[in-house]
Amino acid sequence: MEHFDLSMIWAVIIAFAVIMYVLMDGFDLGVGILFPFAPDEDARDVMMNSVAPIWDGNETWLVLGGVGLLAAFPLVYTVLLPALYIGVFLMLAGLIFRGVAFEFRFKAKSSRYLWNWAFAGGSILASFTQGVVVGSYIQGYHTEGLVYAGGPFDWFTPFTVVTGLGLLAGYALLGCTWLIMKSEGYIQEWAHNLAPWLLGAVLLVFVVISIWTPSVDPAAYERWFGDVRWIWIFPLLAAFSAIQIFRTVYKRKQVQPFLFTMLMFAATYFSLLWTRWPYVIPPNFTLWDAASAPESQLFLLLGILFVIPFILVYTAWAYWVFRGKVRVGEGYHH
Amino acid sequence: MELDPLLLSRFQFAFVVSFHAIFPVFTIGLASFIAFLQALSFKTSNPQWEQLSIFWTQVFAVVFAMGVVSGIVMAFQFGTNWSNFSYAAANFIGPTLSYEVVTAFFLEAGFLGVLLFGRSRVPPGVHLFAACMVAVGTLISAFWILATNSWLHTPAGTELRDGVFFVTSWREAIFNPSFPYRFTHMAIASFLTGAFVVAGVSAWYLLKDRNVEANRKALSMCLWMILFLAPTQAVVGDLHGLNTFKHQPMKVAAMEGNWDTDVGVPLLLFALPDRELQANRFEIGIPRLGSMLLTHTWDGEVPGLREIDVEDQPPVWIVFFAFRIMVAMGLLMIGFALTGLWLRRGGRYWRTPWFLHGLRFMSITPFIAVLAGWVVTEVGRAPWLVYEILRHEDGVTPSLTGGMALFTLIGYVLVYLAIFSAGLYYLFGVLQNGIHVQDERLSDHADQAERPKRPLSATHVRFEHEET
Repeated sequence: MEHFDLSMIWAVIIAFAVIMYVLMDGFDLGVGILFPFAPDEDARDVMMNSVAPIWDGNETWLVLGGVGLLAAFPLVYTVLLPALYIGVFLMLAGLIFRGVAFEFRFKAKSSRYLWNWAFAGGSILASFTQGVVVGSYIQGYHTEGLVYAGGPFDWFTPFTVVTGLGLLAGYALLGCTWLIMKSEGYIQEWAHNLAPWLLGAVLLVFVVISIWTPSVDPAAYERWFGDVRWIWIFPLLAAFSAIQIFRTVYKRKQVQPFLFTMLMFAATYFSLLWTRWPYVIPPNFTLWDAASAPESQLFLLLGILFVIPFILVYTAWAYWVFRGKVRVGEGYHH
Repeated sequence: MELDPLLLSRFQFAFVVSFHAIFPVFTIGLASFIAFLQALSFKTSNPQWEQLSIFWTQVFAVVFAMGVVSGIVMAFQFGTNWSNFSYAAANFIGPTLSYEVVTAFFLEAGFLGVLLFGRSRVPPGVHLFAACMVAVGTLISAFWILATNSWLHTPAGTELRDGVFFVTSWREAIFNPSFPYRFTHMAIASFLTGAFVVAGVSAWYLLKDRNVEANRKALSMCLWMILFLAPTQAVVGDLHGLNTFKHQPMKVAAMEGNWDTDVGVPLLLFALPDRELQANRFEIGIPRLGSMLLTHTWDGEVPGLREIDVEDQPPVWIVFFAFRIMVAMGLLMIGFALTGLWLRRGGRYWRTPWFLHGLRFMSITPFIAVLAGWVVTEVGRAPWLVYEILRHEDGVTPSLTGGMALFTLIGYVLVYLAIFSAGLYYLFGVLQNGIHVQDERLSDHADQAERPKRPLSATHVRFEHEET
């Protein structure tokens, strides 16, 4: 076992699960955020149909990340969840309402408007709280010994509200460019017109957070302006992606805006990881501090390595089956 | 009033886990029933088996979806409210709970889709295989959950170093002393739940004269199943009780309402256990039968609750009454099983209105019995979270305040009530829609190209019930 750094393998697995979750649940949450602003009820049908076959598969990554943390990095699980107590509840409530709305909106007629609200409200609540979690991660957590020792609302500060709004805009952008790819006609036109505004909002938040972060987390400045220069490739990649999104949306491209939005998210994610690496509970604990016993990490690793390929194949298959445009009047409303 | 985060967290966990448990208890039994129907349909050419299978698969889809939604919260409860416990026990419960999730995903990725949507697209043999794998998968999920829970009652295969459990033997930890009994007891409970719900719904259809042939067959199957399982459950429950008597004698003392260590103790039918008095009021019991059941001799010695300090005793009256409720439900089930056998003479079991009405009401009894049983075993473990090692107050999240806990407790109650009402309302729609005799394959074919492969899409029923 000395030949492998099991903690590092697990860090890669969980980091992978998180980015998979952000990219995949991100666009279907984004569709929910945009729901109240859709041009009409037909457009809402198309929007929901475009994500209906795949959304719950997307959420498997969240649950996998959650229990994976308990098994591989219990300290992260037992510090972050108490620290984010109220936020976790709000996020779960949002995800539950949204999930149930997905199931029942298609079956409903007279109560459909209720499910519309549940879907939009749940998506907005879940997205915002996830963004707040990202902000709280940059802020760090007050611990004493091995337990969280801060207050119930330490996660809710002006800084985290900004990151919350940032992720809200980011998910909305993912959802918007997803719709550009999956829709046509007036719905696609609406999405094309909306995308630059959302991107503008995302960039504004990026700039604010980048300026603000060093005062929230002094170590971040040293990290970015220290010896390791190649790391700047990630922010540059994000900036490049942003320009490409503007350009391809302007040219009314179908697929590229979504791909570049995903690239922008991935580049931002790696920048964020670098800002705190190798601390998994900033500012005190690294991933090795937080690790469970090697025999426990190994015991689960065997099962995870077995099941992940199946999940990936199944996911790819689901996307393949439901490829192409979603049209008004199609799908499973009658 | 001072809000106690510990008490509120216990309420919250009990609420969330009880609420969640309702669904898997039913789906585990139902999955096996569907697999059995598929096998019959595969073996014989009688179309009624397939009609029944199609109908019950729809019900399965709705209940499974509600189980998944309510289960997501469970994955976070351990961290939010029981962080000290989670940190101490993570080396064991982390992998076991993860394996449960991994099993569930694997099942969903591999076989659930085929079961729900593949009826007309894969060969019947493959479809039968998928149905069997879903049934096996639900049991494997139960395996991991019950292994984790049993370890809390009879911790084994681990050692405590600096306040953290380390696994020394996975085999001993997973197959800990109470696990085989708890798993068998729970698996039979699930099958009984499935059988009673199917029997109750079939009885309802028979009373309304709907699809008489198919529902008579389903009812007959369920009654045979209940006739075999209900008495078996009594025997298994007794063995489980003896196992508990060996490893957690004080839980059994609370179940029996036995305060003083004595020989030839009675079996109490009713009493009002009083913690202040450290004794019972209004005892009604059968002399010496308690000793006989537990030690298999009329004057065997049975330890009483006064052996331990008051603060180490479980809340006796909860355990005492929950146990009696469970046993009463079990006896009621055995009663119905025997009545069903008696009514077989002359084929009256499906034409006797009072019996069918009775069965309708019996569909709720397995749920009551299961929840009461869990109250017995979990409250009976108190004040220990990990038996005789970690107390509840040492497992709770230190930073948690009463206000926070109250907020989420009320929140989860509201959220669950909302989705539960919607789900139940929809489920009744599915039941009202009923079994359809015409070949569903044709209508199934028309819209399946665009239909999302998710549980609820397996039904065609509208959310709002319509007058027909």
